[in-house]
Amino acid sequence: MAEKSPMREADTLNETLMQNSGVEAIIRAEKVEKYYAQPNENRIQVISATDLAIYPGEILALLGPSGSGKSTMLRMLTGLSTPSAGEVYWHDKPVSQAEVNVSIVFQSFALFPWLTVLENVAAPLQARGVPADERRERSMRMLDMVGLDGFEGAYPKELSGGMKQRVGFARALVVEPEVLFMDEPFSALDVLTAENLRSELLELWAKKTMPTRAVFLVTHNIEEAVLLADRIVVLGRNPGRIRTDFRVGTPRPRDRKSEQFTQYVDYIYKVLTQPDTAPAAVPEVRAREQKQPRYQMLPHARPGGIAGLLELLLDKGGRDDIYRLADDLAFEIDDLLPIVDGSQLLGFLRVEEGDAAITPAGTEFAESEILRQKELFRDAAQSNVLLLRQIRRALETKSDHTVPEDFFLDLLDEQFSEEESQRQMETAVAWGRYAELFDYDAGRRRFVLPDAQDEEAAAGEDGREDGQ
Amino acid sequence: MRLIPPLTRSRVTVRSWPFFIDLGIALCALAAFFAVISTGVYWLSKPVPVVAISSSIHALPVYAFYSIVRMAIAYCLSLAFAITYGYIAAYNRRLEPWMIAALDILQSIPVLSFLPPVVLAMVSLIPGHQLGIEMGVILLIFTGQVWNLAFSFYTSLKTIPREMTEAARIYRYSGWQRFWQLEMPYAAIGLVWNSIVSVAGGWFALIFCETFTMGDRNFQLPGLGSYIQTATFSGDVRALISGIGAVVLIVVATDQLIWRPLIAWSDKFKFEQVESAERVTSPILTLLRRSAFLGTAPERIWTAVQEPIMRRLARSREARVVHPVDQAQSGRSSPTLWMLAVAVLAAAGWGSLQAFAMLRTITWPDLKLLLEGAAATFLRVNSALLISAAWTVPAGVAIGLNPRLARIVQPIAQIMASVPATAFFPVLLIFLVRLGGGLGIGSIALMLLGTQWYILFNVIAGAMSIPSDLREVAALFRFTRWQRWTRLILPGIFPYLITGMVTASGGAWNASVMAEYSHVKDRTLEVIGLGAQIDAATDSGRFAMLLLATIFISLMVVTMNRLVWRRLYRLAETRFKLET
Repeated sequence: MAEKSPMREADTLNETLMQNSGVEAIIRAEKVEKYYAQPNENRIQVISATDLAIYPGEILALLGPSGSGKSTMLRMLTGLSTPSAGEVYWHDKPVSQAEVNVSIVFQSFALFPWLTVLENVAAPLQARGVPADERRERSMRMLDMVGLDGFEGAYPKELSGGMKQRVGFARALVVEPEVLFMDEPFSALDVLTAENLRSELLELWAKKTMPTRAVFLVTHNIEEAVLLADRIVVLGRNPGRIRTDFRVGTPRPRDRKSEQFTQYVDYIYKVLTQPDTAPAAVPEVRAREQKQPRYQMLPHARPGGIAGLLELLLDKGGRDDIYRLADDLAFEIDDLLPIVDGSQLLGFLRVEEGDAAITPAGTEFAESEILRQKELFRDAAQSNVLLLRQIRRALETKSDHTVPEDFFLDLLDEQFSEEESQRQMETAVAWGRYAELFDYDAGRRRFVLPDAQDEEAAAGEDGREDGQ
Repeated sequence: MRLIPPLTRSRVTVRSWPFFIDLGIALCALAAFFAVISTGVYWLSKPVPVVAISSSIHALPVYAFYSIVRMAIAYCLSLAFAITYGYIAAYNRRLEPWMIAALDILQSIPVLSFLPPVVLAMVSLIPGHQLGIEMGVILLIFTGQVWNLAFSFYTSLKTIPREMTEAARIYRYSGWQRFWQLEMPYAAIGLVWNSIVSVAGGWFALIFCETFTMGDRNFQLPGLGSYIQTATFSGDVRALISGIGAVVLIVVATDQLIWRPLIAWSDKFKFEQVESAERVTSPILTLLRRSAFLGTAPERIWTAVQEPIMRRLARSREARVVHPVDQAQSGRSSPTLWMLAVAVLAAAGWGSLQAFAMLRTITWPDLKLLLEGAAATFLRVNSALLISAAWTVPAGVAIGLNPRLARIVQPIAQIMASVPATAFFPVLLIFLVRLGGGLGIGSIALMLLGTQWYILFNVIAGAMSIPSDLREVAALFRFTRWQRWTRLILPGIFPYLITGMVTASGGAWNASVMAEYSHVKDRTLEVIGLGAQIDAATDSGRFAMLLLATIFISLMVVTMNRLVWRRLYRLAETRFKLET
């Protein structure tokens, strides 16, 4: 379901040419899918059937909002995770049988804290039976390359985050992988360190000092993708699928301020915020599932964030480019998109062509004072969010005005993975508490109708007064 | 400063296995019990020598040596078994729920009640009598030590961060390399701390079970426990005191020479991203490290051993592919496995039937006696806990809030907790006999001896962990004493208090077996209680009573754990956790 960008027609063409010119892919995924079977015969689709290939000589960035299955895709391509359907090939051999030579640079570094820097880097060579002397020599060369000369005897916990990730790179490169996978390698680092590491990486790549033929980068940072990648694949979610796949033609180093650069970023935002076209062929939807009301996916945004965004938007005249908003706020898409989605879900905001436009309801919300804001939020939430409406109704119907959280978690579980249900519930609690739709007793894990408590308290006070 | 980490089981509080598995495990345990008894009885036809114990102080080092060797063998066996068990449980999805349910029940059963059948079985299995009894005692200590080690190793394996496992997989580590570079280091700290608890429990059991009577047979092994008991029996105070002195000395020496260096050394396995300020220091370890030979030799030998193994493994087919993390080992169920399962089930069914048949000899008065005993022991254990908490909470808080005092008292309390209460019990008994009192108070006092120290050092640790800014807030707003306790101190120490109470509760139940029934000189002291029933049944060789009493005690411990402690634990982990 790749959507074509009109301005990138040439690039897409370029890609097709390359694929047809007989360059063999290093890793090729054919119709890979990932789903989790539920005990009740439902299945939760994480990634729908997808084709993806990694070619030599390219830096490929896989971009997508959280929950789009980026990391799952990476793990399926490396052989760490088995696809539920479809097959991944490593040079024409199924990945589960091939001698795959890849490395991963992890977000959390995943260094062994009990090994020194040198031992950490040498460990993968040990696994491949390289003799001790050669191991040491190759590891030292790699440490030298990433600028960690003199740190070989240190333990990871003595290093700063940036240096730890350098060790991560050295460990990944020491086995001379054909494809270097990176799973959000810069997102645990501060902005400056990340920028520094990125440019060093590009330098190594450009000079071909890096002993690797292709790089596969998973990220949720759009600018990072445009800055580094030759080719960008954008994933959508629910379930994860490819929204667009295009080449970035600009030669490196790329200037963030250039017209072309912003056009690319803008285009990706547009794709990401466009309302989903009908999900690619939802397989085997059960009749039962369709009859039930489907919960919309609550974006994990805080009410305060929504209010903040709307106020900012109002300041800017009620309409602005999402890309520029993210830039102004120094937000990454994972920070901003949930807030935009949330505002949109509540009817406070509309997304048109990559622009966010405030609605009359949104304007009223942004201009009101806090108590009125809560009222407006409550109305919007009740009319737009099924889960919140159900919780409220259940509380009103029950005589004791309390309902256990598990009741709704069970309902959510039919549709989301366990983890996601938990997060949906957290968001619902945050919204409901803010809107004073209900109260949540964390100790007993129950929802309580706020009025019920007030009444109880009031009754208690009345009683006391009567007694006096 | 040493702080006891929360019990490992707290990480697996969610009960995820169905009830029938519990039932199955319980049946298997029953069957095993019966199997052990019947083989024991069947084979017991040879005379068993009672080793005479000299009360001379010069003989003490030899006895100490015997006891230590027993401990060491039992501990090594436990460690090896625990690692194997934990490893299989963590990686075999099919066996996992069964193995964990088994662990849960087995670690609730007081070991001491298993003493007679275990010894009987071992004596008969091994023709050399001495070895047979020795193995019986060792096996008993082993059963007391192994479960928490296994649990610790299992939870460590289950909590290895995902990305670490993935790194090991993507770099194609062999199982061997993964074990030594990821799994063992990750589990090391938990294993060290649980070893301390295990060995303390081991001493407790060892002192008790080197001498015992069953039916008309006496069993006695040369060792510190039998030395102390002989001294008690003959009323030799000098020998008694030197015996206890030897036990304390060994415990202190173990702490200083083994545990402290181990804790300091295992610090490097701490899974932390930033180096913490507080570290455990051990002069012994520093000394070892300073020595040029001892400092580097182990490592050199280690690499020399590892190198060829790793090289060979790297060439194997296994090491050439990336193994997926989300796939259990081949889920195929082979017919042999099924047959094995059926056989085990049949044996369990038959065994438990036999056990039930044996229970038919129990008469109503017997049952009444047991029920009364259960109630009495229940009250005794819980009053011991309450009394411990009543004095240790104020004392522990006072000590913990005074850092200088805490630094002195904390290690002492910890050592006191490791000194087996069984060693002090004879002194207490002699004292009680002189006073002419019964065992009623004595048994509670004995439980106190064993339990209070766990609570004390946990409370101290808890009080020390209350953040100073919270204390400042309390001072700033001029909290009344009542407010200070209910709003700050009690919630602050709650998780630690629960940890201490859980450990103490297990210890108290175990202690009840020996606290309620005792021989001094020619008298038998006894109170109503389950523990007393177990001992009396052992003395008279009534296996049915022994079995039923053990079932009762296990049921009570398991129920208490499920209904009370586990809930309190969850509360401690959710509501009263001080997050930084």
